[in-house]
Amino acid sequence: MQKAKGKIGFKGFVVIASGVIVVTLSSLYNRTTLLHNAKLDTSRRTTDSLTWPKTFGYGRVATTQDIAAWDIDIQPDGKGLPAGSGTVHEGKVVYLAKCAACHGAEGKEIAGQKLPAPALVSDTTFQGRKSNTIGNYWPYATTVFDYIRRSMPYTAPGTLTNNEVYALTAYILGQNHIIKTDAVINAQTLPKVIMPAKKHFITDDREGGAEVK
Amino acid sequence: MGKKEKLLMNRRTWLGGTLAAAVIHVQTAWGKSIQIPTLSSEDDPTKKIGPGPSKLGKRSLFEHPVRKPSDISSRTPLQDLYSTITPSDLHFERHHAGVPVIDPEKYELLIHGMVDKPMKFTLRDLKRFPSVTRTCFIECAGNFRTGKEEMTPQDILGLTSQSEWTGVMLSTLFREVGVQPKATWFLAEGSDAAVLTRSIPVSKGWNDAMIVYAQNGEAIRPEQGYPARLLLPGWEGNTNVKWLRRIELSDQLWMTREETSKYTYPVKDRIRQFSFDMDARSIITFPSYPANVEPGWIEIRGIAWTGRGKVHRVDVSTDSGKTWNSARLQEPVLDKAHTYFRYLWHWSGNETEIMSRVIDETGYMQPTLRQLIDARGVDITGYHLNPITAWVIKRDGSVKFKSESWK
Repeated sequence: MQKAKGKIGFKGFVVIASGVIVVTLSSLYNRTTLLHNAKLDTSRRTTDSLTWPKTFGYGRVATTQDIAAWDIDIQPDGKGLPAGSGTVHEGKVVYLAKCAACHGAEGKEIAGQKLPAPALVSDTTFQGRKSNTIGNYWPYATTVFDYIRRSMPYTAPGTLTNNEVYALTAYILGQNHIIKTDAVINAQTLPKVIMPAKKHFITDDREGGAEVK
Repeated sequence: MGKKEKLLMNRRTWLGGTLAAAVIHVQTAWGKSIQIPTLSSEDDPTKKIGPGPSKLGKRSLFEHPVRKPSDISSRTPLQDLYSTITPSDLHFERHHAGVPVIDPEKYELLIHGMVDKPMKFTLRDLKRFPSVTRTCFIECAGNFRTGKEEMTPQDILGLTSQSEWTGVMLSTLFREVGVQPKATWFLAEGSDAAVLTRSIPVSKGWNDAMIVYAQNGEAIRPEQGYPARLLLPGWEGNTNVKWLRRIELSDQLWMTREETSKYTYPVKDRIRQFSFDMDARSIITFPSYPANVEPGWIEIRGIAWTGRGKVHRVDVSTDSGKTWNSARLQEPVLDKAHTYFRYLWHWSGNETEIMSRVIDETGYMQPTLRQLIDARGVDITGYHLNPITAWVIKRDGSVKFKSESWK
């Protein structure tokens, strides 16, 4: 009985995992909710004397200020990008002052020299690349902004202004020849930048079973 | 001070002094010299009163299991463990901007986005919710190193550890905030200096995800996410976001740096991403480098695990992979957990290779490196690479890693 139950649960999980990848929104939710509730019902009846309340009432409602203070993520469609803008030329100034010490003068891999931080710049050729850079490997331009803003510079994370982050993003994309040198990067233009590597990415579709893939 | 107390004090002082004075140097698994105490014939433990009770226990003076740190991670000494729970201070570490110091009184978890009621929970709030305890492994997605014969299980596969975790089911919090039906992904964000983020399917949140605040019965260790982390049983370590401060629900994912430029890997001419499940793998931890063995009976021991459910079977070969026999599994076999296996073997003294392979409950069998290369191409990296690993037993009894390169 125990074993059979575990098996059903596992099969359910496999179905859910594949559902996520193809994003069957409502059916996915219903399936998982049903599965979840079914599980909860069983444990509730056997272990708790009372059914669970609709809400426990712990915690407090988050204010818009609470959310604004931490909500720094950017999505590929540009959701979350703040006001402000930057250019390749402005970015070069910021880069030399705050990034070059670790990423090198131009962000490129230098033969025979080990930089403290990864190379950021290359051409956009995917096949035969020596290292993974923003030019040849990163699939979304919005990730550049998001990552710089949340965790760079490494020794002083979270200290750049939004304009500085836009400018650095512009500079790095420009160095990789993904945008023109006179481009202005802001909340409208950044999500429109198509990264050369995007077409190479695939989502893992393995679900277990005998096949080695 | 009473007579007996004085005697004890003297005894302790004397004992400490003797032990400090008499030391020998031994080689650790990776060749570093450490000092361990030796006892003289005067140290008959049945003739002397030992130290009394203490506030905090510590290991025997003769035991020195240690992690092996690099700049970015620290590896569990798998060869020093006898079962599947990793002592908390030996749990592997991997972090992207150091270990933050977080005041538990100031800690808050924010859940917002596509929810009916955005909420903030203190650590105290999280601990008030109905709690759950479960044992499972956490393994780094890049857990495989090879390259030379003198490698221990720690060197090869030390980025996996297992703990008994306690916390609140994420589904409990999802119900509390009212996750909306159209939400398909959530962002998990840490409060370290990397402010690390990953996109996670909401289904995992409803299924078996937890927010955990305890590890092996006590507060979670700083290196493992104090005061609270996300636990996604069976999924790549990086998604189990530590020092968790924020969860945002959405109908699209984020494509964060950790799921695009990192934790992705070449498969033929493509880059595969979102490999959440950790593939089944196993390793013999005894005998392994740097052990020396003698001809006769040897109990081969090791661990096997899979992110896709339970270990179904572990096979062991003692003739370089020509024939395989089933190992005994230590019960209970838990879901998404390190499972201890043992196989009794009589070694004749001739050189041979010993190795293990796991079969999980989906029917997946741990592949050889060759099979992985055939399936994915020669550009494979250390991410999600789970080949069978073998040990060479030499005629002199020394045990060496069978290092296979693929380029």
